[in-house]
Amino acid sequence: MSTALAYEPAQPEEATAAGRPSLAALVRAQPRIVFAAGLLLLLILAALLAPLIGGHDPIATDPDHALVGPGPGHWFGTDELGRDILARVIWGGRVSLPVAFVAVVVGLSVGGITGLVAGYRGRATDLLLMRVVDAILAFPALILAIAIVAALGPDLRNAMIAIGIVQIPVYARLTRAQVLQLKGLDFVAAARALGASPLRLVLRHLLPNLLNPLIVQLSLSAAFAILAEATLSFLGLGAQPPTPDWGSMINDGSRFLSNGDWWLAIGPGLAICLAVFGFNWLGDSLRDALDPRLRR
Amino acid sequence: MVPVAFLVSVAVFLLVHLTPGDPAAIILGEEGSSQTIAALHHELGLDQPLTTQYAIWISRVLHGDLGRSLRTHQPVTQAIGERLPATLELGLAALLWSLALAIPLGTVAALRRGSVLDVLASGFTVAGVSVPNFFVGILLILLMALVLRMFPVGGFTPLTVDPLENLHHLLLPAITLGTAGAAINMRFTRSSMIEVLSQDYIRTARAKGAPWLRVVRGHALKNALIPVVTVVGIQVGSIIEGALVTETVFSWPGVGKLAVDGIFGRDYPVIQGIVLCAALSYMLANLVVDLAYAYLDPRITYS
Repeated sequence: MSTALAYEPAQPEEATAAGRPSLAALVRAQPRIVFAAGLLLLLILAALLAPLIGGHDPIATDPDHALVGPGPGHWFGTDELGRDILARVIWGGRVSLPVAFVAVVVGLSVGGITGLVAGYRGRATDLLLMRVVDAILAFPALILAIAIVAALGPDLRNAMIAIGIVQIPVYARLTRAQVLQLKGLDFVAAARALGASPLRLVLRHLLPNLLNPLIVQLSLSAAFAILAEATLSFLGLGAQPPTPDWGSMINDGSRFLSNGDWWLAIGPGLAICLAVFGFNWLGDSLRDALDPRLRR
Repeated sequence: MVPVAFLVSVAVFLLVHLTPGDPAAIILGEEGSSQTIAALHHELGLDQPLTTQYAIWISRVLHGDLGRSLRTHQPVTQAIGERLPATLELGLAALLWSLALAIPLGTVAALRRGSVLDVLASGFTVAGVSVPNFFVGILLILLMALVLRMFPVGGFTPLTVDPLENLHHLLLPAITLGTAGAAINMRFTRSSMIEVLSQDYIRTARAKGAPWLRVVRGHALKNALIPVVTVVGIQVGSIIEGALVTETVFSWPGVGKLAVDGIFGRDYPVIQGIVLCAALSYMLANLVVDLAYAYLDPRITYS
């Protein structure tokens, strides 16, 4: 610590500012960010404005118009109970997108705190916490999520918890690795030498410098969470009927494929692909923009 | 690995205890009388203290006894053993498909950076990981089975009964399961190939006048594929995970289908058995990958 004081103590604010380029610089480096973010914004807006743009009631049945193919009035067709598929796809965004959001927040907060504590405290705390994280990581992610939902009972809330839990290791490892790296840097040693409390060190000096990799990971995790939620619901372990949910709509629709009623599964399938693609694309472009080593 | 394996076994053991309420009552549903619930309690060992339950369970597991299915009363080890060949066949076919697609395309994309093919390949890598595999399966069924009528919509014929019919049933599920892996493998092949191509020894080989194709095949590809081994190894370890959904879509009678049926039948010993096998094979694959890595790349040593 005393050696650190021999140098001019680095200003953490400067380090942060230098480490994180402005939004304009990011967009200049990777224009794809605008397209990916625009696509996601569109999906989020559609979900938010569902009561205005949905057109039809997503739950009310209309047996007279059951299994109507795509056309004017029902652009994505109707399902076996006469519900408009497009309306259900738009309302479905209100289920899938928040699930992804909550699951990512669970993973980020629990995993992030675990990684921070493990990296900062080191020694026995680190060893113990990271063994637990390794144990979670030892399960293939989807198997663990399915096992948790199978045990807790199939519903949307449990699916959110399960997807959140399987995301914990990613954040824990990422945060820990970053903290270990940052801990050795002069500006942290300087701040500590100046008498900063551990809490202040973590909140003011470590966290701001952790943001870059975390932002990238958040986007990629959201893509995973949407896929995982869709998979759980497809298997019947997520949202339960009559909730309009993309995964369970595909499951419903797959039963009518052999009758030639192909449209039931297509709309929700496209919605999942767009959402997952948007988040993956955003994560990839952000990573390319934020990490110059990967610009290839 | 041993402490992690211990924690994994505890987590799998505790699965049954995560259930809100009494697992025995939930398993038996409305048909359960207090007598049958008590009998099931005894059968599952739920009337013992938790540590005793774990000790009994783990000693049985270590002897290869994963308990009996609550629905069919078949030993779980036997149930998994019977269905494992179908899952392995599907997983192997999916892996072959993913490599057959990924290595040539990834290599060409790296050699022709910025070309139309490279852009298309990059598009495929993002799209491949963004489309859920059950949706890929449904689209394939729709196009190949229902419109073109080239393949059956699902089902299974054992390899020993009719190899051709087996292959006929295998293709669509294998493509479904392998496509996401192909996207990931292609991405790794491309970036690793780009890195290798910029190395000095490639320039030396070129300067010596070695034909381009020989440099790529003999010098570059071999080294470029080392990182791909890592991803492929992990994909092999997570065959059960992928098979879960694909087997459901195509009614493929493998371990994944057994797991999904087990979940809906609240067949906890079956679920526990499969989750444990999935985790152990995943851990083993990671270990093998680490060892293979050191073997393939002499610069890496594990002290």
